[in-house]
Amino acid sequence: MTKNIMIVGVGGQGTLLTSRILGGVMENAGYKVKVSEVHGMAQRGGSVVTFVRYGDSVAEPIVEEGQADVLIAFERLEALRYAHFLKKDGVLIVNDWRIDPISVVMGAQKYPEKIIEKLERKHTVYKINGMEEALRLGNSRVFNNVVLGMAARHMDFSLQEWLDVIEKTVPAKTVEINTKAFMAGYEH
Amino acid sequence: MKEKKMMLGNAAIARGVWEAGVKVSSAYPGTPSTEISEELVKYPDVYAEWAPNEKVATEVAIGASISGVRSFATMKMVGLNVAADPLYSFSYAGVTGGMVMVVADDPGLYSSQNEQDTRMVCRAAMVPCLEPSDSQEAKDYIKYAYEISEKFDTPVIVRTTTRLAHSQCEVTLEDRVVPDDKVYERNIAKNVMMPAMAKGRHLIVEKRMKDLAEYANTAPFNTIEKGDMTIDGKRIGFITDGIPYQYVKEVCPNASILKLGMCNPLPRKMIEDFAASVDVLYIFEELEPVIEEQVRSWGISCIGKEIFTIQGEYSANMIRERVLKMDLDLDEAPQIPPRPPILCPGCPHRATFSVLKKLRIHAAGDIGCYTLGALAPLSAVDTTICMGSSISSLHGMEKAKGFDYIKNWVAVIGDSTFLHTGVNSLINLFYNQSHGTVLILDNRTTGMTGHQDHPATGKTLSGEIVPAVDFKKLCEGIGIEHVREEDPFDVDALTKAVKEEVNREALSVIIVKAPCALLKGQQHPYVVEPLADKCVHCGACLQPGCPALTKKEDGSIAIDATMCNGCGLCMSMCKVGALQKVKR
Ligand SMILES: Cc1ncc(C[n+]2csc(CCOP(=O)(O)OP(=O)(O)O)c2C)c(N)n1
Ligand code: SF4
Ligand code: SF4
Repeated sequence: MTKNIMIVGVGGQGTLLTSRILGGVMENAGYKVKVSEVHGMAQRGGSVVTFVRYGDSVAEPIVEEGQADVLIAFERLEALRYAHFLKKDGVLIVNDWRIDPISVVMGAQKYPEKIIEKLERKHTVYKINGMEEALRLGNSRVFNNVVLGMAARHMDFSLQEWLDVIEKTVPAKTVEINTKAFMAGYEH
Repeated sequence: MKEKKMMLGNAAIARGVWEAGVKVSSAYPGTPSTEISEELVKYPDVYAEWAPNEKVATEVAIGASISGVRSFATMKMVGLNVAADPLYSFSYAGVTGGMVMVVADDPGLYSSQNEQDTRMVCRAAMVPCLEPSDSQEAKDYIKYAYEISEKFDTPVIVRTTTRLAHSQCEVTLEDRVVPDDKVYERNIAKNVMMPAMAKGRHLIVEKRMKDLAEYANTAPFNTIEKGDMTIDGKRIGFITDGIPYQYVKEVCPNASILKLGMCNPLPRKMIEDFAASVDVLYIFEELEPVIEEQVRSWGISCIGKEIFTIQGEYSANMIRERVLKMDLDLDEAPQIPPRPPILCPGCPHRATFSVLKKLRIHAAGDIGCYTLGALAPLSAVDTTICMGSSISSLHGMEKAKGFDYIKNWVAVIGDSTFLHTGVNSLINLFYNQSHGTVLILDNRTTGMTGHQDHPATGKTLSGEIVPAVDFKKLCEGIGIEHVREEDPFDVDALTKAVKEEVNREALSVIIVKAPCALLKGQQHPYVVEPLADKCVHCGACLQPGCPALTKKEDGSIAIDATMCNGCGLCMSMCKVGALQKVKR
């Protein structure tokens, strides 16, 4: 058995931290894990993808088209961009948030309408406005843990396993707010 | 039991360097190699530094090797072009203490200006090349590399790729073992590469490569996995190296696989025997047909680049479709607005380019975050070739077309890039009487590669505070008369300065100073808010293309407060005062 998870978003949204938390949880549960990240150019506001694969043995470090069991998208347009990476029975977790690419900012292209409704026709979709929750907690940056909290409900690990790894992975000063953010998503 | 740890390929390399007892490391940043130095500097007992460029880094490692200790240098593949000069000749001289370079390739061009294949350089420079395929191997191969370096008297290159460098898997940690320093003895026949000596060394190098090729047949990192997989009754086999090995394992775990841990030189006997043991032989290697062409030259028939690509990264699906002929029934990628990388909100380069755009000035560009100024809506950068080329190519234009032609051109170059190779170009402009205008975009960091220090930031890789190179004094020291400093966010002053300098029939340098918006403490304590009642829907504030601003359906402006850095650039574009600063 090998499970494939993808995290997609906009450069600077912190996909890296999320993939590291995911990797940590799976490693603690005794699986073989590979995490593949993106550094460099793509982090400057571009579309970014990271992969987490776990199971009894893992060869390639990436997840390919049609192979993802879970797709976590930090932004709607990015959910749409990568939805074809999902397996037919894969699950899509989407942060109900919009960031305009520059062509849209400049009015040269339109941001697609009703993305989530479109995706729901084909896939199992769970949505949450992680940013709203994060702002309520007082720090927009922790929105990704809200989204991760919701995703965790659809994966096979206990709440405690998640919280242990969050505590070890995020900067010490932010453990409390990140845990709160995670719980907000988990209990959503 | 030995400790195990999840590690990025680059972190595992750093660990390997430490475990191998290396004492000196020098490097210049470049994706995907940068984290190696950032990890290495955390270990005690290794001196690790940022050099101003890769040639310097390599020569530092060469010096350390000659003095008898194990040494290390790392860079991205285009950096090896800059370091090619020392590499080719040090290959002749050979080492005293072991010397290893990690060179990172970027198949698929995630962050590079070309897709060159370091394995070709290794062949040309006659140095062995090892290729790990995951983090554990990355660490192990570094240690093999030092053994080979000292046993065969050669620098060794360990080649990685983006996927390896930036993937994590579990690695078993071991202790550091420091070999005794080798004793340096004066030996000009080995260490002074002048014609008479180099002739002799060339013969030695040829023999060395033959010996290495022989050793490769039994080396522990070249391995055969015997399998029984057949297609249409024929036994199939793969020869593969590096990350592509993982894709073969993913799809064809039961195929026969010859995994090459060293791709230069190749183990001919081993390959011939392997080829004879299968009916159909695939060569599965990313980028150039380096292995394939050699295998074919030995009269072995194989399938390679006729079905696999030269451009781009490989994948498991590539094998599924092209070898197993599976119909994967994949959905098409959707046709939606692309999301290319852009300058951050608050980036000082955006302010500079807004000025150039308004003045309709072309920029001979260079490599860094500011290369993104080539894209709409700023569209200010016209050219980007390699590091340092902005300044020298502007000079070439003037010599070709005259001063009037370059009056609406400038060269733009980042601070790190200027110190890398731009300063040599500037000396040429001074020497050969150019009248061009050079903008040094001094954002106090090496932004593109993730904010590394350099000789003008006043801080070293280890965090030590040191005297900083002063750009103004440096340029004046060259002898340039017209050198000035400007703040890019003072748009009017910068406009005036650029106008004056491009029209001046003399060489001039404008040091455009403002810190990168992502550096610590560079977020302003306020954000900008639109005032709906004053806004005339002209869209002037949108011109610099800050991603925090959007135009709503009715033509009014919205600013995403979670993205706005508070730099105020949009405010200086607005003619009617419809934007205001409010406390964060
Ligand atoms: C020869 C070579 N070495 C390294 C790199 C990787 N690289 C790309 S841009 C860059 C430096 C960018 O720094 P700077 O010039 O200060 O511009 P900034 O990104 O900060 O705007 C580096 C090192 C490269 N492209 N070519
Ligand atoms: S990292 Fe710094 S220099 Fe690069 S785009 Fe962002 S603000 Fe500009
Ligand atoms: S919205 Fe205006 S003030 Fe805020 S970062 Fe963008 S240009 Fe600067």
